[in-house]
Amino acid sequence: MIFTPLNIILFGVVGLLGVGLYGLLITRNLIKVVMVLQILIKAVILALVLAGKLSGHLGLGQSTAATVIVADTIVAVVGLALAVQVRRRFGTLDVPRISTLRG
Amino acid sequence: MESIQYAVFLLGAVFCAYRAIVAKRILSATIYLACISALVSGTLYLLGAAQVAVMELSVGAGLVTILLVYALSVVGDDAMDPASVIPKPLAFGVVGLAAVLLGWMAFPAVRTTAAVGEFDLASSLWQDRVLDVWIQIVLIFSGVMGVLGLLSEKVPGAKEEVEQ
Repeated sequence: MIFTPLNIILFGVVGLLGVGLYGLLITRNLIKVVMVLQILIKAVILALVLAGKLSGHLGLGQSTAATVIVADTIVAVVGLALAVQVRRRFGTLDVPRISTLRG
Repeated sequence: MESIQYAVFLLGAVFCAYRAIVAKRILSATIYLACISALVSGTLYLLGAAQVAVMELSVGAGLVTILLVYALSVVGDDAMDPASVIPKPLAFGVVGLAAVLLGWMAFPAVRTTAAVGEFDLASSLWQDRVLDVWIQIVLIFSGVMGVLGLLSEKVPGAKEEVEQ
């Protein structure tokens, strides 16, 4: 039986990771990049809890996922603050236009 | 029955993720992101990780959505996503290949039944992973600094104008 609950969760994790990577490749807006990172992190949280469930250490998986949720929120906050300051300084959120590094 | 519940939650999450990426208006993408958080937290609850599900729902669908809406209200009319630099078929092919390889490698690791073991989050968090708690405290302070950066209204060149 291929469609067991745990296999379905694995397919969901792979689907979310795939959609997130696709978004990371095609997105140019800085705020949307932060959102795409959120999608990727949600797949990772799901994978951590799934791994904990499979190994019989659900508490360990949950505690790691909680740490990842905190880190993910901080990444979002700092990323949005950077995006707002970049918008004020450069007048745009388009990543190719604000990249001033050359070479 | 349980498989159908998981399938509905996860198909909904993947669909919302795709809609969030292709949406032209970033405010719509923010709403889709909140839906993803709600659906993922539902899946976590079904898995037995109720505490993490509550955290994900309150932080992912609540706090992060509010922060995103606030940031969008600050940046104003620049909240549109321009066209991609990378051709979409190329990006789709690369990501599809990566997803197939990942599924192919990870699929044998998933057994049909879960192992039964300890389920205590509190002892795991406060005894085995106490370093994580300290790291979270440091990260929360970094987040406070990020919020201050998000809320600051300083305009470049404002100091010079005051001095003049």
